Amino acid sequence: MSPLDLLVVAPLVFMVLSLLAGGWQRSLLALAIATMAALSVWLMTLDPGTAHVVGGWELPLGVLLRADGLAQMLVPAVTLTAGLTGLYALHQFAPESHASNAQTAAFWPLYYLMWSAANAAFLTTDLFNLYVTLEMASIAAVAMAAMGSVRAALRYLLIALLGSIFYLLGVALILSRYGTVDVTLLAGMAEADFATALALALMTGGLLVKAALFPLHGWLPPAHAAAPAPASALLSGLVVKIGFVITVRLWFEGLAAAATPAGLHVLGGIGALAILFGSLQAIRQESLKALVAYSTVAQIGYLFLAFPLIAGAGHAWAGLSFHAVAHMIAKAAMFLAAGLMLKAAAGPRIADLAGLARAMPLTVTAFGLAAVSLMGLPPSGGFSAKFLLVDAALRQGQAIHAAVMLIGGLLAAVYLFRPLAVAFSGSETPVVPPKAPSMVAAPLALALAALLLGFAGGPLADLATGGAPATVAPEPLPALEDTVETASEDEQ
Amino acid sequence: MSLVFDLVLCLMILGTAAASLLMRSALGGIVFFIAFGNLLGIAWLSLGAVNVALAEIAIGAGVTGILLILAHARLSAMGDPVECEPTSPWMRAAVAVICGGLIVLLSVAVLSISPTDRMGAQIATLMPALGIENPVTGVLLAFRAYDTLLETFVLLGALVAVWAIAPPGGWPQRPASLAIATPVSLTVIGTFSRVLLPASLVMAAYLVWTGSDLPGGAFQGGTVLAGGILVAALGGAIALPRADDMRLRSVLVLGPAMFLGIGLGGIALGRFLSYPVGLEKALIVAIEYALALSIGATLALLVAGKPVPPAAVQEGGD
Amino acid sequence: MEALATGHLFALTGAVLVGLGLFGFITLRHALRQLLAVNVSGAGVFLMLGGLGRGAATTDPFPQALVITGIVVAVALTAFGAALILRQAEEDHAAKEDDERGGKT
Repeated sequence: MSPLDLLVVAPLVFMVLSLLAGGWQRSLLALAIATMAALSVWLMTLDPGTAHVVGGWELPLGVLLRADGLAQMLVPAVTLTAGLTGLYALHQFAPESHASNAQTAAFWPLYYLMWSAANAAFLTTDLFNLYVTLEMASIAAVAMAAMGSVRAALRYLLIALLGSIFYLLGVALILSRYGTVDVTLLAGMAEADFATALALALMTGGLLVKAALFPLHGWLPPAHAAAPAPASALLSGLVVKIGFVITVRLWFEGLAAAATPAGLHVLGGIGALAILFGSLQAIRQESLKALVAYSTVAQIGYLFLAFPLIAGAGHAWAGLSFHAVAHMIAKAAMFLAAGLMLKAAAGPRIADLAGLARAMPLTVTAFGLAAVSLMGLPPSGGFSAKFLLVDAALRQGQAIHAAVMLIGGLLAAVYLFRPLAVAFSGSETPVVPPKAPSMVAAPLALALAALLLGFAGGPLADLATGGAPATVAPEPLPALEDTVETASEDEQ
Repeated sequence: MSLVFDLVLCLMILGTAAASLLMRSALGGIVFFIAFGNLLGIAWLSLGAVNVALAEIAIGAGVTGILLILAHARLSAMGDPVECEPTSPWMRAAVAVICGGLIVLLSVAVLSISPTDRMGAQIATLMPALGIENPVTGVLLAFRAYDTLLETFVLLGALVAVWAIAPPGGWPQRPASLAIATPVSLTVIGTFSRVLLPASLVMAAYLVWTGSDLPGGAFQGGTVLAGGILVAALGGAIALPRADDMRLRSVLVLGPAMFLGIGLGGIALGRFLSYPVGLEKALIVAIEYALALSIGATLALLVAGKPVPPAAVQEGGD
Repeated sequence: MEALATGHLFALTGAVLVGLGLFGFITLRHALRQLLAVNVSGAGVFLMLGGLGRGAATTDPFPQALVITGIVVAVALTAFGAALILRQAEEDHAAKEDDERGGKT
């Protein structure tokens, strides 16, 4: 028995059950959360690098599943994010209204499908299996986006299909060139020839569309902003990370031989532009959910800005893994909190939020705590991630990279303080009684988790580096906990 | 087959593809797309890949073609002429240069790789252990069963996704009726369809059975079944089910659930999706029959489209 | 030798199909036709896989199986895409009728 396959299979079992369950979705969700939490704990206790082939069919024929540091961080984060988002969604897609509403009936199977797809993507090293996984995620993600806006969903689907074609094109070249699609085998075989370089470029292009890296992000803000809050949380938290993780596996492991420094710097440069562009767009938004969606465009930039820093001095790999986890949790918290705030507000605009801090203090607190992590203020997961990344950039003499990250943090403060300032203004709004305690608790718990990540910096950074590919500079980690704690004392 | 034949075939494939994209008429484009799919099927036959040829003709050309034609008809009924806004010649030229560049890059990469049967020999040595002879079925249901399992959930997920966009009042009703409105053709198709549904069931069962050793399998069989269901619906011999019909739900999840169940059963013997020695063929065939049934129902409903309010059921089908 | 030529011939045809499909995807300004264009590109990728797996006497069953998986995944997404296009057209249609009704009153 192994959690590597069960983490993918269990949500599929729940998907089947949810199609047959009718009004039993609540019990099903409780069972799913318990199962996935247990499996995630089991995953974290495995030695980094634990792997096995599905069904016992050896490579290069079979499919390899592997728990590396990145997966051991991301899969539990998915469990936390998806689980709490599910509790929130129980009220938005209440099973009691099952018979009357297509979205209520369709949400739960799609939710479990997306959960399975995210875990599958983080746990396999097989490039073709990842293609199927990407399409599982696309189906669920586009359908959830369609619950908000059919037009945005259609645009999302078409662009995602094109991205898949480019990805599959690269997979076809790799399979034909090397006779395998397994990243671990390719790591030892790949050469820097033309076909490999072209395959890497094509796959990266396709994946960047799915990860919504600027300037391929156009589909994201309308889709993420229009979707129902739990869907937005899953789309921004889980789905964009899938394209990112596959890109990492290609550039630093499978096809590292063809990954030139110039290519890494191009990705880093695009990442820097994404941070600046996404932040400036977020500042310009009038609608709260559009602001949060553009913040995702900016935060994805950090993930790619780190690429040219990975092989050098410092701990960019740990920072990168950390940032992926911290953003997943904090962004989900923020979308869920924003969903509740908009239900209570007079309209979708930021100006309509006046007085909400008084009306729904816990929810505005959740929004604020998530903002702390997204801005990279201590103590938070976002701070630990950005600290590691800026530190690596400075050690490598990449002053521009460091400057962009710091400016990005300042811009995030600008755009995230604005809705908070409005929410704290005005005092006439009466207290809004929460519809359900778990709806208030879910974003708060996620935001607190994003904050607490900052205190677990050391062990988590060790975990991330534990199964890191050989291309990542092996170096002892600094005493991150001390740094974070010192920095956190300066706050307030 | 000779190189000249292949060359002519490839030129025809490219010609029909170009026509399907460049024609002004969208319907004409779809017709050329179906021709393109069938020619591709012949290309796969020429490559000796009969399994893929069956899948391409049945699914790539057949199901996709019907989907596109039906979408076109329904769009036309709503007053959408499916015309493209014109693009400027400069833009078309620029895009043509970019796409031409991509073709050149891909061609250089393709020519740098020598075509060869890389894994056929290795697969052949493993096939006796499975007790079946069709190596493609071996890859799909054993060596890469994990891919296939996830793929069946993509198909099931797509149907749920279509349900998710049912219009207000449409949930949990039936899809818009496919039945042909003109009485004369209805009589003809009605009679025909009553015969065809059982025939397609037999044909599907045969394709799955033969798929163990000869070309065929769950996906090809399932598509034939979907075709039978759709023709029966066209002829009015059957009504498409409501989305909340539990019998329907059971049929839809039967294949994926059987696959999951047998996969999980493998854990008792060691690994997820490992088949116990001696039972490989029996379990593979069991999965395939269940899958074919689910795939047939899922594909048919995917073609029929989302549930609509009862009042729209009658008028939506033309 | 002939197997080599046949394999390359089909793989090159696939490469041209990918480019043709991309051209159609960018220049055709209707979602239904873009959906068709993506399918042409996809078929091109599949043909590349098949052509480059062509041996002296047989075609590698491994890429064959991957192509069958790919065809099924493609039809699933195409069906959902067609459903989205129709739903979008319905919404536009309803909005237009509302406008007309609003104009008369």
